[in-house]
Amino acid sequence: MRATEIDFRHELISLGGVVERNVYLVRRYIWWDVAFFLWTVANTLTIVFIAKGIEAGGGTIDVNRVTTQLLIGAVIWAYLGIIFEVLTETVAWERWEGTIEYTFMAPLSRPVHLFGMGLFAIVFGLIRAGLLFTVVAFFFDLNMPDAHFVAAFVVLVVASVSFIGIGMMTAVLPLISPEKGTQLGFIAQGMLLVVSGVYYSVDVLPQWMQWLATISPATYALDGIRDAIIGGDGLTQMGDEIWPLVVIGAVSIPLGLWVFSLGERYAKRHGKLKRSG
Amino acid sequence: MDTHARTAPTQLPSADLTTAVEVVDLRKVFLRRDKRAGRFSRRRRPVPAIKGLTFSIARGECVAILGQNGSGKSTLVRLLSTLLLHDGGSAHVFGHDVFRESRAVRRLVNRVSVEASFFKKMSASENLSYAARFYGMAAGETKDRIPEILGRVGFPVERRSEPMEALSRGMQQKVALARALLTSPVLLLLDEPTTGLDPRSKREVQDFIREIRGSHDSTVLLCTHDLDEAEALADRVGILDRGELLALEPADVLRERFGGGTLEDAFFAATGRSFEEETPEEDEDREVFA
Ligand SMILES: Nc1ncnc2c1ncn2[C@@H]1O[C@H](COP(=O)(O)OP(=O)(O)OP(=O)(O)O)[C@@H](O)[C@H]1O
Ligand SMILES: [Mg+2]
Repeated sequence: MRATEIDFRHELISLGGVVERNVYLVRRYIWWDVAFFLWTVANTLTIVFIAKGIEAGGGTIDVNRVTTQLLIGAVIWAYLGIIFEVLTETVAWERWEGTIEYTFMAPLSRPVHLFGMGLFAIVFGLIRAGLLFTVVAFFFDLNMPDAHFVAAFVVLVVASVSFIGIGMMTAVLPLISPEKGTQLGFIAQGMLLVVSGVYYSVDVLPQWMQWLATISPATYALDGIRDAIIGGDGLTQMGDEIWPLVVIGAVSIPLGLWVFSLGERYAKRHGKLKRSG
Repeated sequence: MDTHARTAPTQLPSADLTTAVEVVDLRKVFLRRDKRAGRFSRRRRPVPAIKGLTFSIARGECVAILGQNGSGKSTLVRLLSTLLLHDGGSAHVFGHDVFRESRAVRRLVNRVSVEASFFKKMSASENLSYAARFYGMAAGETKDRIPEILGRVGFPVERRSEPMEALSRGMQQKVALARALLTSPVLLLLDEPTTGLDPRSKREVQDFIREIRGSHDSTVLLCTHDLDEAEALADRVGILDRGELLALEPADVLRERFGGGTLEDAFFAATGRSFEEETPEEDEDREVFA
């Protein structure tokens, strides 16, 4: 085998190793994940009930439609939460366990390491989002006669590439501040969603926020998924969402890797990879 | 695939195969919050941890570095394992520049430190499996090798599926040794591998270090507080004091040069202080960095 082939094989094995480790962790912490899922369901319900609440208060809305719209928003919120959480754990969890130095001194290239985390985050997040959507949709007995789930799924997967890029930038925060870095990741999630119109159309936002919405991948993800599930648009009609997502993804991944490498350099210069005492 | 491709031989530059580690005027400075500048000041003060170290280790040699708390042992190990960036000088491992060709160096080096550091809910085999993947070892390769290597370090193999947190510190440390050996490193960095172990576990770990020196083509850098350990395992013993290497010689030469008594006397003579003694000023200065 030629040297480049061997290298490529090593990268693939390493990528598998990152995913493998996360699978072990899920297996060991499965009951916590179940509990956390229940919390997410409760949280989602509090939001999705708003539609019925408005109707009961005398408002005239299409309850089925608004409920579905709120559900989509809440599911995306939860999905992004998982993506950022998993990526932030790249550093935060390992640092807590003390394994980070062993991972960072291994011949595992950082892009492969981060892609591995991203890949796991997407698969885990999608399974969880699908479950959440199904559970809550049944709970409200929602009917979505025109829904195009495949198109919605594809848009979410394409958007995930950009989410991973942004997640890489938040992953670096615990390298700089072990105590507060993780919380800053939540700020990124909140900011991203507020400007992207999680539960509402971006048209209702002030102008400057609408400008931010155009560069946020979540805007296109939410739009596309609503069009597919409520509007019944198929894959062929998703061009307006998919193209911007591809462009944003192509920028955010290299940017994310670059930001992470800056953080890693900083940590290695100042001895922040590990903090004991 | 030729499994040896992963480890040293193909990647060693042909120039100098006899030198494993070559360190020249290596320096590392940390910035520390200046306490004298007041509690809320953000002013930082540079604290040199490694002050111009120069030494080399021959291939197959075992060198022990003795030093008190805060003398810079772990900093040296971290620099050599690409976990810290240096502030001057150079370091080469088998001809590869540690700071410029860190990828190549990482394939050649592994390390055991004071704390075992594992995912505590995961089992020994799970911890070893994923770690081996990072070195390019596929599942087929590790399936038999993990139990085998655990057995060799004296770990009760039937307990390899228990979570790490259920294991004693001595056993965890053996798993840490197994993790390092699994990747067949040509340079093994041991940072106080036996600190905190009971005498029996300590003996077992030391015996094992001796064994791998015999059976593998491994070069060992052993940092320790334990004078007997240094004397028993190492070909040469170095004394690191506040970031400076005061001597690096075979134990008997060292003993002789500094007055012929024990290694402890030699340490005293070399540093002007006893091995345990620490000045209060340093104590106040020091944070705990294992
Ligand atoms: N990450 C860090 N940030 C700031 N200062 C550090 C850091 N790591 C080490 N130091 C400082 O550098 C000096 C050397 O520390 P080092 O940990 O290398 O000593 P050591 O010989 O390993 O000590 P010990 O026997 O306690 O493990 C100490 O003054 C320590 O406080
Ligand atoms: Mg130390």
